[in-house]
Amino acid sequence: MKKNFLIALRVFLVLTIITGIIYPLVITLFANVIYPGKSKGSMIYKDNKIIGSELIGQKFTSPEYFWGRPSAIDNNPMPSGGSNLGPTSRKLKNEVQARIDMIKKYHENIPIQQIPKDLLFASASGVDPDISPEAAYFQIDRIAKARKMNMQQKKELYRLLSEYTRRPQYELFGMPRVNVFLLNLVINNIK
Amino acid sequence: MTILEIIQVILFIAVLIALTPPLGKFMAKVFNGEKNIMKPVFGGLENLIYKLSGIKAEEEMKWTTYTWSLLLFNLIGFIVVWLLQAFQHSLPINPQGLPNVTPALGFNTAVSFMTNTNWQSYAGETTLSYFVQMLGLTVQNFVSAATGIAVVVALTRGIIRKTANSIGNFWVDLVRSTLYILIPLSILLAVILVSQGVVQTYSSYANTTTLEGHSQVIPLGPAASQIAIKQLGTNGGGFFNANSAFPYENPTPFTNFLEMLSILLIPAALTYTYGKMVGSTKQGWAIFGAMMFLFIIALSVSLFAEYSHNATFNTSGLMEGKETRFGITNSVIWSTATTSASNGSVNAMHDSLSPLAGMVAMLNMMLGEIIFGGVGAGLYGLLIFVILTVFIAGLMVGRTPEYLGKKIQAFEVKMAMVAVLAPAFIILVFSAISSVIQQGLTSLNNAGPHGLSEILYDFSSAAGNNGSAFAGLNANTDFYNILMGIGMLVGRFGVIIPVLAIAGSMVKKKTSPYSAGIFQTDTVLFIGLLTAIILIVGALTFFPALSLGPVVEHLLMNAGRLF
Repeated sequence: MKKNFLIALRVFLVLTIITGIIYPLVITLFANVIYPGKSKGSMIYKDNKIIGSELIGQKFTSPEYFWGRPSAIDNNPMPSGGSNLGPTSRKLKNEVQARIDMIKKYHENIPIQQIPKDLLFASASGVDPDISPEAAYFQIDRIAKARKMNMQQKKELYRLLSEYTRRPQYELFGMPRVNVFLLNLVINNIK
Repeated sequence: MTILEIIQVILFIAVLIALTPPLGKFMAKVFNGEKNIMKPVFGGLENLIYKLSGIKAEEEMKWTTYTWSLLLFNLIGFIVVWLLQAFQHSLPINPQGLPNVTPALGFNTAVSFMTNTNWQSYAGETTLSYFVQMLGLTVQNFVSAATGIAVVVALTRGIIRKTANSIGNFWVDLVRSTLYILIPLSILLAVILVSQGVVQTYSSYANTTTLEGHSQVIPLGPAASQIAIKQLGTNGGGFFNANSAFPYENPTPFTNFLEMLSILLIPAALTYTYGKMVGSTKQGWAIFGAMMFLFIIALSVSLFAEYSHNATFNTSGLMEGKETRFGITNSVIWSTATTSASNGSVNAMHDSLSPLAGMVAMLNMMLGEIIFGGVGAGLYGLLIFVILTVFIAGLMVGRTPEYLGKKIQAFEVKMAMVAVLAPAFIILVFSAISSVIQQGLTSLNNAGPHGLSEILYDFSSAAGNNGSAFAGLNANTDFYNILMGIGMLVGRFGVIIPVLAIAGSMVKKKTSPYSAGIFQTDTVLFIGLLTAIILIVGALTFFPALSLGPVVEHLLMNAGRLF
């Protein structure tokens, strides 16, 4: 019993050093050398300042920008998470209604059934960086109008959206999607 | 569902089946101490660990010594994780200056990681420092998984050895599982995850101003190394609160596929290992077949439920609590896989699943985490049901039940019943208590039948050592932290001890020669009987509770009722 306790203590210590220190350290060294950008959060810089991460969805509310998925945590992941509201929740129903009303302000003539569902329901992480291509195309007229775009500029907007629409990864995994932050960054450059 | 999504489902199952034999074969070699491809890499280290720890590798243990060693080792792990949290503020690598963790939350988290549950009462990014995540949690991710594997290997030896006394050496099984299986696979997965965008850094969180001028804090950390083992070791405790829904934990559809596959990879392959060790791969495939059959039923019901029309929101395929890059199908494959195996990581919020998909997740856990199940834990859990099936079949034909030549007698059946009933008792009794007293009810996030589902789900998760949640329930209260901690302990050791006792009793028996009258355990008939017994036991035990929660909610949802 005492002998086994001492063995337990020693083997615990040794395995802690291997799996708790050496293993994460080796992975960190590898990651920082081979994938310096990705391992540190896929950050986007402007004038040497971080303005966000490619992978972390930001909050967009003004009509000139593409809007992302609704967020239960207001896109501020401290901590991250979803609404956790169930399929018979009155609170969820009210939240969805509020989002419909908000969208209706800018898209007056659109029947409710045509509003893309990912713009009405909150994401799991609260910082989903993507929306579906349908949800992006749905917003194009509003953005063009808010930015007072001419035909040429609107054409450019369409072109950028199609350029930033990602097909399923390796044509096999997941869903088609559009990264909202990256797209909003480039549409600011439309002259 | 689109055609592409159907292909994604088939691809997932096909890859899982294809990887089972090679990995299973490799693991059999590891446990038998034979030459294997990792021996040249880690063989020296293995011997060094034995030397440093004072382990005599050739020394065999009786089941009682094996059990004591396991319990002592786990006790030390528990105490260390609790202490690390209690003194977090004074420890290094804490760039956010996070404070010490309260005793009740620390207790819950320590139990949770020691028992391979990895329930998250805490939120990673706002509660635990990088130091505690690595030296406390990552370590337990490895060793709790290795503990589960050790137990099933010991049970297997109990079945195959004839009139022997010992069932192996716990330290050797622990070290070999960690060194040859978990570490190499984790390194491989972690490297791929980083290449796709999972973070791995010791820098502090980034404070940014967004394009529209809002402020945003972006949490970081050495996540990839922990996520790899969290998926492979059926642990499931996220580095971040949103777990594998958080983009830094699961950034692309490809990482999603790999993480999903990793959930079931080792548990599935262990069935082949088992077949190899007992000398008939058909026995392994029979167990795999029963597991896969139950998995496909669970997956089909969940997919059907999730794509069905929701009258309240007048739409099908609710995107609440799901990520765009995964969509509905990949969220549902994950929810089924993570609850079948006792993984418990999530890529969508289970609280927002449709009532029946949520019910399937619950039932997967209630059945005892045996549809692939936890690494090691799933297989020994299923072997308990095999013993019960053989026993019942024996009663039906009026012969002494035998499994692989070993007589199944009163002691084995009693122990099997303890292992089946202990977790079930926890789920039902603790849920009942929580649903009538104030401390239980104030934590609810949803009203109506969904509220009961939240309580039921969380105790199923604790007793099944799963760790996923209907996360709306605020479990970070003294009441839930302590009650769920007890639930996790009973769910883990209330099964492990009876299983090792069975191993100790079986190993002493002689193996009777094969005769034509023996009930075959590698046939389709047996698979059918086994799955029937699993489902009947589950249905009888839990149907009343489930009918008050998800079933009622499903009916009311179709009537458009809100709560």
